[in-house]
Amino acid sequence: MEPIIQTEHLSHIYSTGTPFERAALTDVDFTAYRGEYLGVIGHTGSGKSTLIQHLNGLLKPTSGVVRFEGQDIWETKERTRQTRFQVGLVFQYPEYQLFEETVYKDISFGPKNMGLDEGEVDRRVREAAHFVGLRDEQLEKSPFELSGGQKRRVAIAGVIAMEPKVLVLDEPTAGLDPVGVEQILGNIRDYHDAHDATIILVSHSMEEVARTVDRLVVVNDGTIPFAGPPREVFRHGEELERMGLGVPQMTRVFHRLRSMGLDIDPSVYTIEQARQAVLDYLAKKGAE
Amino acid sequence: MALKDITLGQYFPGNTILHRMDPRTKILLTVLYIVALFLSKQVVSYVVVIAVLAAAVAISKVGLKAIVGGMRPVLIIVILTGILNLFYTPGEGDPLVQVWVLKIYPEGIWSAIFMILRIILLITCTFLLTYTTSPILLTDGLENLLGFLKKVRVPVHELAMMMSIALRFIPTLIEETDKIMSAQKARGADFESGNLIQKARALVPLLVPLFISAFRRADELAVAMECRCYHGGEGRTRLRQLRYRGIDYAALALGVALVAVVVVLRKFGL
Repeated sequence: MEPIIQTEHLSHIYSTGTPFERAALTDVDFTAYRGEYLGVIGHTGSGKSTLIQHLNGLLKPTSGVVRFEGQDIWETKERTRQTRFQVGLVFQYPEYQLFEETVYKDISFGPKNMGLDEGEVDRRVREAAHFVGLRDEQLEKSPFELSGGQKRRVAIAGVIAMEPKVLVLDEPTAGLDPVGVEQILGNIRDYHDAHDATIILVSHSMEEVARTVDRLVVVNDGTIPFAGPPREVFRHGEELERMGLGVPQMTRVFHRLRSMGLDIDPSVYTIEQARQAVLDYLAKKGAE
Repeated sequence: MALKDITLGQYFPGNTILHRMDPRTKILLTVLYIVALFLSKQVVSYVVVIAVLAAAVAISKVGLKAIVGGMRPVLIIVILTGILNLFYTPGEGDPLVQVWVLKIYPEGIWSAIFMILRIILLITCTFLLTYTTSPILLTDGLENLLGFLKKVRVPVHELAMMMSIALRFIPTLIEETDKIMSAQKARGADFESGNLIQKARALVPLLVPLFISAFRRADELAVAMECRCYHGGEGRTRLRQLRYRGIDYAALALGVALVAVVVVLRKFGL
């Protein structure tokens, strides 16, 4: 697979030279591949938010390099700016950044900053709105008249409208009801499929990440201890528990079964995998 | 990030005598010191007030660096005052130097030196107050000292409450500003380049969400306060009672003594 974003020996220290100096990232080598659906997981204060703000050049590394499509994003000022359009970043609680009179204008803020012509801006706004399930008549409303979940989808549309090759979302489902969570995750999946875009989903919920992503990166204490497909990462159940992350409930049950002496695969995390693992176990037992 | 590095309220945490003193004592001492400062007219009294402040700075362990650093914004005013005093103080006898209409008399030089010293000392002593007292304690102290104004229906408690809430929310709002700026930058907003008008327009995507969130916070806080039966200052007790201790009485006595000394020195024309 071809890497799209890479960090090499990335370190970030906040408030250097003051008594409040604090290292948020230490020597991090992070890679996201083109077209993958990547999960970044870590508890509060692990450095995951600091990491993703480096991916589109909002934070400048204290040391190390960030590459987008192989090129250092800090090489020139223009490259940094262009990277911000290529790597769309949706912050936590993005609804608090809405400011325009109408939903349409707010979504068009990003595309307009890119310097696109009016026709293209219009196309992108409508397409982005369509992705997140906003109806045409809602485009003329004030964003402040909408419900919380709708506001969040407007804010996400505002980033999608820039048609970034990489879409990074920091806890996009925080504080939403289950229906809202499913909608947002569905919208993101649709964008991923339609544009063959790379998605980086940041979360602290193993359950949520486990069922959506292809690959998982664990951030703890400013470093990346594990990265790989969810099944591989979940083999480190105990270490993850110690980091305060835990594993999906399904995985925990199977870890427990194994520690009770059953010869069963403990890396499962979906019901389907669990069913297979149980059948395998029973088949093996029957054969004996 | 630049915004996070701003120090506000200027409080330097510490555990010196000055830090532990009652905030009311420190406010009163500051007032007494300013009185002494303005009563000082000649060299000897200036030496006394400078010595007293130098001792206080040494006790506070704040460090000269912080005080000199804080002085930077007022430097121009200090220099300007000095220059004006230098040239515009008329004196008896012949001027020392005369260039065109500008004359410098010996009196002018003294007056300039005293004026500069006075401003520097004034600023240093108020800095010392804010450096050694947390903003919350400072408002508590002020509320208590100005309590007598309640009799003439000045809403002292309400004003103090507003002040402490405002102080409490400054760091929160800075953090919020930082977040919104990042979010808009991620959508290609440019806060740095362009002329004045373009820069002002670029602030709209920052200010609108910031105001909305400030109002939302204010609303939530008001509800939370009412839920806990807040109804103003009437009959309200405090978690942290302000209490004068031995050290406070001693410090106040010293403050009064300083003023007395300066008054006596003034009598003798020193």
